[in-house]
Amino acid sequence: MTAALLTLADSRLPAGGHTHSGGVEQAIAAGVLADPGSLAVFLRRRLATSGAVAAGLAAAACRAVDDADPVAALGALDAEADARTPSPALRAASRQQGRGLVRVGSRAWPHPAWAALPAQPHHPLALGVAAATGGLTPRDAAHAAAYLSISGPATAAQRLLAMDPITVAAVTARLAPEVDEVADASAEDLPAATDPLLDLLAELHAARNDRFFAS
Amino acid sequence: MPPDHRIDDYVDPYTPEHRNGGPLRVGLGGPVGSGKTALAAALCRTLGAEYDLAVVTNDIYTTEDADFLRRNAVLPDDRIEAVQTGCCPHTAIRDDITANLDAVELLESRHPGLELVFVESGGDNLTASFSYGLVDVQVFVVDVAGGDKVPRKGGPGVTASDLLVVNKTDLAPLVGADLGVMRRDSDAVRGDRPTLLISLREDPAATEVAEWVREQVRARALQTAP
Repeated sequence: MTAALLTLADSRLPAGGHTHSGGVEQAIAAGVLADPGSLAVFLRRRLATSGAVAAGLAAAACRAVDDADPVAALGALDAEADARTPSPALRAASRQQGRGLVRVGSRAWPHPAWAALPAQPHHPLALGVAAATGGLTPRDAAHAAAYLSISGPATAAQRLLAMDPITVAAVTARLAPEVDEVADASAEDLPAATDPLLDLLAELHAARNDRFFAS
Repeated sequence: MPPDHRIDDYVDPYTPEHRNGGPLRVGLGGPVGSGKTALAAALCRTLGAEYDLAVVTNDIYTTEDADFLRRNAVLPDDRIEAVQTGCCPHTAIRDDITANLDAVELLESRHPGLELVFVESGGDNLTASFSYGLVDVQVFVVDVAGGDKVPRKGGPGVTASDLLVVNKTDLAPLVGADLGVMRRDSDAVRGDRPTLLISLREDPAATEVAEWVREQVRARALQTAP
């Protein structure tokens, strides 16, 4: 089933991820992200907080597909996602990406579980259902979520700062052991880590009208 | 894995007919400054009384084109949606159309009688084109001031768009561009696909382009008729 997992984590999957920077655009504007070193710090921070939360939720959503009442199970997880996402801008960004993933995932892997998701679900929930319907495990879903929490933002930094793409790829690749660690640690749990800096950056970003990225 | 996930069982549900009579989606693409927004505004003014219509903009600074359309097309705010393209305007109209589909679907749900949606791309280059998962037909706008070599240079917008518009013909004498050359080169690479040479300054109603759009609306109505 490795190919299905690679499909989910592929930045070319047309689910709308390329229009989200995961806070990178505002971090650059705020002066806290400017070079490969500060990018690595930012990505590590993001992985440890929103990455861990997303990984836990994605794994749980993957499991919820087999629940006796998947509508209730996924609905409860959607509320858990809201509770772990204090920033309204980040909630909206997550739901926007969830909707995009439902569009492509449900075409690739039709399954009744897609209809059990709330309308415009949080992205990790859509990812969990995509993993389940693509034949993957909850642990796979956690790994995809953890990886996606840094891969999109890294690309956004590369675009906005015109950084050397090879450097950015190297930074992302060197975080791989930490991505695996976060995914494995979150797959059986629902972590509730938050980063007030990311929340503030997201709120400031949403108020701008001169932004390239949706979040 | 359920059997319907195998490629042999895949039936693509997404055809124009599948959208079941939704609005005609018209892509407006082309290089920066060629007049995409001015054309969108002109078409809204000319066709606004005939059709229930809306516009999606993909400008760098999201409010720029929306403000222009509000002023020049007399289009209310709830008929204009702006999307962010993550620094990649042509990715957002071709490779990953999610953000634009979301905007179109939002407009469709807000205005159930919608008949026509223009999706205006962010200014891009000659290699940009719209995915037919996003639009039904596409117009590529170039201008005379960009030089009369543009049609000869080709690219998917020039060669394969459903309509090529060469704008700003009034500037031809000023920039030393030969309209005859542009016409000849366009016809040579476009086969039967139409090309219109226009000047929005001289014809702010975009009369010929509007007539082409009317034909597309009629053709789609026939195609999706029950």
